[in-house]
Order: sequence, then C-alpha cells, then structure tokens
Amino acid sequence: MIRFLGSRVLGMLVVLFLVTLFTYVIFFVLSPDPAVQICGKNCTPERIEQIRANLGLDLPFWQQFWEYISGLFTGREYVVAGAVVTCPAPCLGYSFQTGQLVSEMIVQRLPISATIAIGAAILWLIGGLIGGVLSAVHEGRFTDKFFAGLTLGAMSIPNYVLALVLQFVLVVALGWLPFPQAVPFAEDPGQWFLNFLMPWIVLAVGYAAVYTRLTRANVIETLQENFVRTANAKGLSSSLVWRRHALRPALTPIVTIFGMDIAGLLGGAVITETVFGLNGVGKLTADSISSNDQPVIMAVTLLSAFFVIVGNLVVDLLYTAIDPRVRTAARA
Amino acid sequence: MTIPSTVIEVEATPGGDPVLAESLESRPAAGRKLLHGFLTDVPAMLSLGYIVLILLMAIFAPLIVLVSGWGPYEFDQTAIDPNMGAIPLGPFGGISAEHWFGVEPGSGRDIFARIAYGARVSMTVALSATFLTTILGVVFGLLAGYFGGWIDTAISRVMEFLMAFPALIFMIAILSALPSDNRIVLLVVVISLFGWPYLARIVRSQTLSLKEREFVESARASGASGAHIVFREILPNLTSTIVVMATLAVPGYIGTEAGLSFLGVGVVPPTPSWGQMIAAAAPWYAVDPMYFLIPGMFLFLLVLSFTTLGDRIRALIGSSEVRA
Repeated sequence: MIRFLGSRVLGMLVVLFLVTLFTYVIFFVLSPDPAVQICGKNCTPERIEQIRANLGLDLPFWQQFWEYISGLFTGREYVVAGAVVTCPAPCLGYSFQTGQLVSEMIVQRLPISATIAIGAAILWLIGGLIGGVLSAVHEGRFTDKFFAGLTLGAMSIPNYVLALVLQFVLVVALGWLPFPQAVPFAEDPGQWFLNFLMPWIVLAVGYAAVYTRLTRANVIETLQENFVRTANAKGLSSSLVWRRHALRPALTPIVTIFGMDIAGLLGGAVITETVFGLNGVGKLTADSISSNDQPVIMAVTLLSAFFVIVGNLVVDLLYTAIDPRVRTAARA
Repeated sequence: MTIPSTVIEVEATPGGDPVLAESLESRPAAGRKLLHGFLTDVPAMLSLGYIVLILLMAIFAPLIVLVSGWGPYEFDQTAIDPNMGAIPLGPFGGISAEHWFGVEPGSGRDIFARIAYGARVSMTVALSATFLTTILGVVFGLLAGYFGGWIDTAISRVMEFLMAFPALIFMIAILSALPSDNRIVLLVVVISLFGWPYLARIVRSQTLSLKEREFVESARASGASGAHIVFREILPNLTSTIVVMATLAVPGYIGTEAGLSFLGVGVVPPTPSWGQMIAAAAPWYAVDPMYFLIPGMFLFLLVLSFTTLGDRIRALIGSSEVRA
C-alpha cells in the first residue's frame, strides 16, 4: 500500500512538473514581452532594459524557469517601482497589471469557486442518482425514455445559453428571482442563496445528465450480476437486495467520477462564473486572459492541474477503500 | 463463430475497457440490416436532416446571403432605433421580410447572414478537429495496442499526461498567448491536441484484444507483414467503433469552439461564430432576447443532433450484433 502510494505521488509530481514546464515554455516563447506592457506608453528603450533586468527577463530560459520553480517552494522578491515586494512561498508570481500577488488574488476568489462547485455538485449528484435509478428500474418503459430524452437535451445545451435562458425566463419574464446582487452570506442568507441558485442549476444540468446515464448503466449491469441473482434466489426482500447488494457496487464507479469532477471545478467554472459575474477563480482566468495578465494565467493553469491531479490521487485512494476487489489487487 | 457483443462505451467503463466483437461471416447481411434500421429510425433521421441542412447552409452561405439580401458584415442603420439605445425596430428583435432573423442591436447587422456564416466556422472547426483526432487516435491507438512494449509505454504516458491537463483552461491559455493570425487552424490544432487520447485509449484496448484472435494469428502464420495485419486484419474490425466515437466527438468540438469563441479566445470579430454571437448578445438578454435565442437555438440543435445521431448509431450497431 505504501509502495503504491509512493509511486502515485511520484508520478503526480512528475506530471505537475511537466505541466509547469509546458505552460512556462508556451508563455516564454509565444507571449509578447511583459516588459513592454508594464512600461506603458511613454517608454524608452533604456527603461525597457531596466524593467527586463528587474524582472530577470534578460536571464536565459532555464534560469528564469528555475527562479519560478524555486519561488513556488521558497518564495521570492520582486522589485516594483523601486520598492521590494516579498512574495512568500508558495509564490505564484506577481501581477504587474493589478499590482497584487497572484496567490492573494487566487485565495480571495477560491471560496466563491468552491461554493459554486459544491452547491452544484450536491444538485447534480442527487438529480443524477435519482434519475439513473428510476431509469434503471423502469428500463425500456416511459420513465426510462423520458429521462433518456431529458439527458440528451441537458447534455447538448451549452451552459452559457442555458444561463441566458434561465436569466431571461426567471428574472425578466416571470420575476421569480431578483436580479443578482453581490451579498455576503452573513448579511442576507436568503439573497445569497438566490444569487447562487442559477449558477448552481446551470452548472449542475450537464453533469446531472452524465450521472443519470452512468447510474442507469451501472445499476442495470449490477442487477444482472450473479450475486444479485443469488440474493434474490435465497429470498431476501427486494429492498434489502437493493441496499445491500445492488446499489453499492453500482455506485462505486460514480465516486471516482464525482471526485474528479469536483476537483476539476475547483480550478474555476470559467464560463458559468463569467456569465453570472461571480468573482471566482474562473472569472479571474477570463479577466486575466482579456487583459493578457500572464502571471495570473500561468498560475491558474497550474492550480487547475494541481487540483485535477491531486483529486485523481485522492479518488484512487478512496476507491481502494470502498471496493474490496481493488484493495486486494493493489496489495498483490 | 459467434462472439458475445459488448457496448461501445466511451467513458462509462472505469476499470474494464470494452472489447469489440463482431461476427465476420454475416457482414453484408448485418450491414443491410443496419442500414435499414438506421433509415427507419426517426430520431436518427431527424438529426441527420438537421445536420445536412446546416452543412448546406455553411457551404452555400455566400449564395444564400445573395438571396436574403444582406451580407454578414453590412450595417443597416435603418433597422435599429437610435433613440432607444439602438435596439432593433419592430417586434422579436426586428424580424421582418427584410431581415429574416432580425438584426443585431447596436450595429444593425443581419442575424440570418451571420448565422449562415457562423455555421461555416462551427462545421469547419468541428469536422476538421474530428478528422484530425480520428487519424491521430487510430494511428497511436493501433501502434500502442499492436506493438506493445516501449511504444505502448511511451504513447500511454503521453495520453495520461494530456488527459490530466485542465484542457479548457489550457486551451484558453494557449489561444490567448498565440498570435491571432489564423484562428480557425489554431482552434483545430489545439482541440485535436487534447482530443485524440480519448479515441486512442479505446482503439488501443480493442487492438489489444483483437490481436489475440484466431484470424490475426492465422494471418501471422501465413506470413503477413505487421502493416498488413494492422491495416487489413485489425483496422476493418474497428470501423464501427471509430464511426461511433467520431460522431460522438463532433458535438463536443462544436461546443468547445463555441465556448472558446464565447470567451473571446476563439474566432475573432468581425468573422461571425455562434459562440461569439451569444457572447455579444449576453448584455442585451433582457431587452432583446431573440439576439441570444437564435444562435443559442442553432447551436443547441446542432449539438443535440450529433449526440443523438451518435447514440442511435451506437445502439443500432449494438443491437444488430446481438442479433447477427
């Protein structure tokens, strides 16, 4: 088990390093010179040279990359307009456009992204499981066909279109929901909840469809297994068969996907946050792209990769804990 | 030689990858039955009809625009109301005999013409990306599955690496960093780069099981070369998988292109794209809902059609194999 964990962590670090390198190369090679951007309009070649020297942009590629990597672990210092800015570890860089440390910008926004992700996850998990189990129970009948059509539609509607439709119908046409206003939870929990309701629904719809299909397929498959047949044959009540024998193996694979999906969303739901103007990490990504704020884009990419890769590892461990078959395989 | 059939499932089988099985002797009969089943399948036919309609619209956009009277880049100042914040004149976003789908608020450009030209972007990007990912996925999947050893290890590692990436955020990052000369080519390359491992993984696992089968062994025993076995013996058995996977990949790529254009890193104005139109319509959603509803509807129906088509083909292949 420890060897398994060790090799997984090592593999994770290698992938993270490669992601960092890959991202860094792309920005190093392709992006316009940040010194020119910082310098602004009244710029002289000497001034640009000075900025480049301050930022270490005149150093060779490997040295710059090394500074970035070591900054992640030990922190680093930036000279900004004559003053020294310390960036403690893990230093994700300094945004010259906003004059803020990138890690601070992200930490401010992370709670909003987490709120969106978790709220949506609760919705889609409940919706997907109920829809999937109902479809499986009524396989081939009306309920099954109804959910099949519904999931096809839900999978096909782009979330920004759904967001606009919902806003138009619920806010403008019917007036059921108030216009979203930024309110902290402590101030007005009711308004806070209503604000997040639409983003949650919009984000959850696509996932709920995928979970419905997955649950349906898994439950149908499990019901045909020999151990379920045995349980039925030895006269267990059908509710006991469901709870003890059918649901657990059917739902185990869902744990894997669920963990991965949440991890993926912690890096920010770019489109949903942008459409609803929620200041999460995803909105930060979109904003920094339109202003070409490279340290931020770089940091957000890294952060998302980090969440996905760590999520992957955590899910693998959870999976081993839940499913006895995997546990024995990992031990062998 | 009857072999139990399995479902060609894309992502829903963590742990065990599916094994393709097909009855080789009854191929022509099964093919006819499949075609008949396909032609009498209402959802599949409706989807195909819509896809063909959009394809024709994309191909003949310049001609259609001649008939409708307004080009995608022409401003019609008479169709918008300058005193009302430049919203379109008339009901439903200015829908009239002059402008079939109304006009854009602010500029007065004809929405019908922009939808027709936007279809070109959607179809070009999605179909090219599907073509490229299919080629890459099949070649790398076959190589990894058939030859095994270090080739398999290398390809599998690259695939794991690409699939661990936060693809959307990384696509955004690459597209925003790269110069914007030819966005369409760039979109195709970036989408394909992150798309091929999903097909390659399935081709690989099916090749792994196919290469152990009797007909491959007999070909090898009769002295066939590696290339002959891969292309003549294994590849034909993968056709149905590849068709289904490719059809199901198209809607994903249409959505990705529209999403990237929506975020402003895809196709840049003035070239119209559906995603970009929806982004432009977002600030107007309360006063002129038709502006986002029309491109939104076209996009939704196109994605829905490809998904339905892929689903139906998969179901038909699955059921015909059971009967064969």
